[in-house]
Amino acid sequence: MYEEAAVSLLKVKTRGDKLMAEQVLMTALSPTMEAGVLVRWHKQEGDWVDVGDILCEVETDKATMDYESTSEGTLLKILVREGEGAAIGDTIAIIGEAGEKINALPSNGDSSQKLSDGDSSQELYSVSGGDGSQEIHSGVSTAMKGGRRTATNIMADSRIKASPLARKLAEMNELSLNDISGTGPDGRIIKADVEKLIKERVAKQEPVKEEWAVKGPLSAKPSAAYTVQAASEEEIIPVSPRRKVIAQRLSESKYSAPHYYLTVTVTVDNLINTRNKLNESLSEKLSINAFLIKYAAEALKKHQMVNASWLGDTILKRKQVDIGLAVALSDGLITPVVRDCGNKGLIAIENELHELIEKARNNKLMPEEYQNPGFTISNLGSLGIEEFTAIINPPGSAILAVGQMKKMPVVGEEDSIKVQTQMKMTLSCDHRVIDGAVGAAFLKNLKDIIEDPFYAFL
Amino acid sequence: MALITFREAIRQAMDEEMARDERVILMGEEVAEYDGAYKVSQGLLDKYGDKRVIDTPITEAGFSGIGIGAAMVGLRPIVEWMTFNFSLLAYDQVVNNAAKMRHMSGGQISVPIVFRGPNGPAEYLSSQHSQALQSVYAHVPGLIVVAPATPYDAKGLLKSSIRNDNPVLFLEAELMYNWKGEVPEEDYLIPIGKADVKRVGSDITLITCSKPLRLVEQAAQHLAELGVEAEIIDLRTVKPLDEEAIYQSVRKTNRCVIVDQTWPFASVASHIGWLVSKNCFDYLDAPAELVTSEDVPMPYNHTLELEVQPTVKKIVDAAKKVLYM
Repeated sequence: MYEEAAVSLLKVKTRGDKLMAEQVLMTALSPTMEAGVLVRWHKQEGDWVDVGDILCEVETDKATMDYESTSEGTLLKILVREGEGAAIGDTIAIIGEAGEKINALPSNGDSSQKLSDGDSSQELYSVSGGDGSQEIHSGVSTAMKGGRRTATNIMADSRIKASPLARKLAEMNELSLNDISGTGPDGRIIKADVEKLIKERVAKQEPVKEEWAVKGPLSAKPSAAYTVQAASEEEIIPVSPRRKVIAQRLSESKYSAPHYYLTVTVTVDNLINTRNKLNESLSEKLSINAFLIKYAAEALKKHQMVNASWLGDTILKRKQVDIGLAVALSDGLITPVVRDCGNKGLIAIENELHELIEKARNNKLMPEEYQNPGFTISNLGSLGIEEFTAIINPPGSAILAVGQMKKMPVVGEEDSIKVQTQMKMTLSCDHRVIDGAVGAAFLKNLKDIIEDPFYAFL
Repeated sequence: MALITFREAIRQAMDEEMARDERVILMGEEVAEYDGAYKVSQGLLDKYGDKRVIDTPITEAGFSGIGIGAAMVGLRPIVEWMTFNFSLLAYDQVVNNAAKMRHMSGGQISVPIVFRGPNGPAEYLSSQHSQALQSVYAHVPGLIVVAPATPYDAKGLLKSSIRNDNPVLFLEAELMYNWKGEVPEEDYLIPIGKADVKRVGSDITLITCSKPLRLVEQAAQHLAELGVEAEIIDLRTVKPLDEEAIYQSVRKTNRCVIVDQTWPFASVASHIGWLVSKNCFDYLDAPAELVTSEDVPMPYNHTLELEVQPTVKKIVDAAKKVLYM
């Protein structure tokens, strides 16, 4: 699907004898970026653009980055407005000769789009050309503004294509593939592209590690930046982009947010029974996590300060309840977010959760599917953890750490001993937003709801 | 060294081995009185008599089975198939007896036999008589598949095949019988399972065996004119495959095109393509390309017949593709 699209885009670009206006594509401005939000255009339509000029600022998953132009000409059309999002590979603008007619237009939005030869800019961008001119079938799916892209297509778009050899050469020379433009099919980075960059660096007298040519077995060398040398039996592992993000965000949270912790023991027999009863009649079984999310959402509706974010000078009190669930991946973890849980039923939450976890495990989550939770749940019960304290997942101000469910002897009325299934939950709170009593009231309410959901109706 | 034909090289190999070891016999359709359908066995009947050079009825399953039985009890038969197309009638004998007897007998019985004859397309033979069957035989565990492309390699490898204690499929080609090459007078062997670098180059590895070698050599000439130095690996033995020779070359050149006259699906070429992508992954600058016969029955029309097979142009184009030219 993607290849088909790439081919048609290529056709568009080279249609006719002379090269037509060039499309400015959203590119990966960070290694993990899948889509970006256009923060600000530095150039306006009609402006002259040189190679290297800053066209616009793009907010990536990590930071706001400057987008430098790789072509020169007149900025003919801006396609993605400030505040709008674009996935990698989407056309965000057109650069060409002033006054040039743009015959062909990329199709970010629709599955197919006719191209018009019209004169006015109105017509140029009309979806219904219908004059027999070329038709683009785009497999790149819908743009973010038109609707959500499918995760599959996003991944296909954002992957940097490089031959294995080019990848290895870049790694050996400590070059980022992001800095290399590919000249192979579909923009694949090939050996020659890496060599070119190395030669340019040599010409500029920039230090390049050793000889680039592949001689003998390849081996990844640890960066010289490491001052601690590994002993022979130890291993130095490169830090993946994901791990960098985890390291940075969680350090920031733990060091800047004053954490405190509240622990309660919850009796969950009622929860287990309810779940079993409901699951008897359901084809898709409800998970404990779906219940916890639903119950937490109900409690958060009543304790809005727990569903809030510290913004420095102000505090954001959220209306909608967006709850993230920590999901372990082979490399790190991610918290897919179920949006608006307060207005959703258990089945809707379960279905969304299922889909999100599946995507998370396949690395296909969109930024809007894991960013900006108001509250987070981390459940290590299945791993036999009795209780633990979690680090708050910003921009939320609290995270609930859920432990193992366990049958316990409980002292009842008249010193009778009965067996109940219990579970410990620890709430980590950011004291800048949530005072102890506020956190405690929320946790008490959540405990009550879990033990008897009628409390949700109070 | 004498300049002799591929046909003569094979005859010399059989003659020398028959002289050296009286257990070596030759059997097949027209191999004796008629001196061989392609005159490969010319003169052998006169020299060794009708007990060792045996004309068989037109029954591939029958005489191939007899050969296998003879091998099991101590002879070292060479079974000539008039063409490998007819070998399909004997496929059960080869697969279930020749290839399996050692296994079925717990190593007690070996089957030292050579099945040889022309394989692959010649000209104007249409679909039933133009088949290249190396992939079909290489698929079967227990079989050795040898496919030389020069008289020198043919002689040295056939002698090794006759002396080998396992069943060997020895692939020749009708159109190769008249190819000439230098062959030493003295006794020599070429080990089974060793590829040969027919041309040294640094920019791309072209892997082939048997008849397409000449096309590959011509393609390498063309590429040289474009400034590309191709390395040609002639496998000589399809199975066991000389993987190390392939990897060494591909790791040097970072690119590879595999040329084989079989069909592409589940073929020797596709298997090598997989091996290269698995074992040379970090060294590849482009996916390996295959140039094989098209996945169709061989057309009778000569233009089409040539066009569905590997051609110099197809090889050069594939090379350019992996070179991003």
